[in-house]
Amino acid sequence: MAAAAGQRRLDIEEVGDVTVARFVDKKILDENNIQMIGNQLFGLVDQDKRKKIVLDFANVEYLSSAALGKLITMNNKVKTIGGKLRLCSIRPDIYEVFAITKLNKLFDIKDDQATALAGF
Amino acid sequence: MSEPARLDVRIATDPAEAWLVQSQIVDWLKERQYPAPDQFGVRLSLEEGLMNAIKHGNRGDLSKSVRVFCEVSDARTYIEIHDQGIGFDPAAVPDPLAEENLEKASGRGLLLMRQFMSVVEFRDNGRLLVLEKQRSTE
Repeated sequence: MAAAAGQRRLDIEEVGDVTVARFVDKKILDENNIQMIGNQLFGLVDQDKRKKIVLDFANVEYLSSAALGKLITMNNKVKTIGGKLRLCSIRPDIYEVFAITKLNKLFDIKDDQATALAGF
Repeated sequence: MSEPARLDVRIATDPAEAWLVQSQIVDWLKERQYPAPDQFGVRLSLEEGLMNAIKHGNRGDLSKSVRVFCEVSDARTYIEIHDQGIGFDPAAVPDPLAEENLEKASGRGLLLMRQFMSVVEFRDNGRLLVLEKQRSTE
């Protein structure tokens, strides 16, 4: 469905028993976009019951505090069902946002997808 | 040296209008070849400041507007974002770095603006946000 595809904000790939979700957007800033991303992320846990999830930020150039909020909620959802969430391929500008907010301590962040998939 | 670019507009309480203003301002930084980290910080701070004005200041009230003034010169970017809400006390905003707040889903915008901008000030009882970024030396 073209309309549904237009709303898709994450590329989902299964690698073994791990779900890799890659952000489609370069900018995770505006409210509607963040809402859609949040809904798709939460669906991985709430509907699909996926327990091992890697979020790949390779495409992401900008992200706001509202997006951080969705990631925190996602992390809590994954923890609640006994799963694990890893973040990877975060460029230095964006990593600085995680560091400033101390969220680099809250999230399990790996340099790249291969490292994130290793030993999951 | 290029002439400073100026913008003085009143936008609706609408993220789409805020997005247009944000894009225009960041384009001016690009034209003046501000370093990439400066562009990143100004864009992020604009997003945080404008969304605060729309969501927390005007509380989504479509009868209210947000005035945005901006001047971008080769040396600095100066921005005012003025909402029509009831105002707030910035000193009363909980510290997002406190242990008990680390997992809260919101409350980090002000912290990020203070990190990325040279000046962050609130006037008019918190309704007017003043942001200034001195161009970094590369």
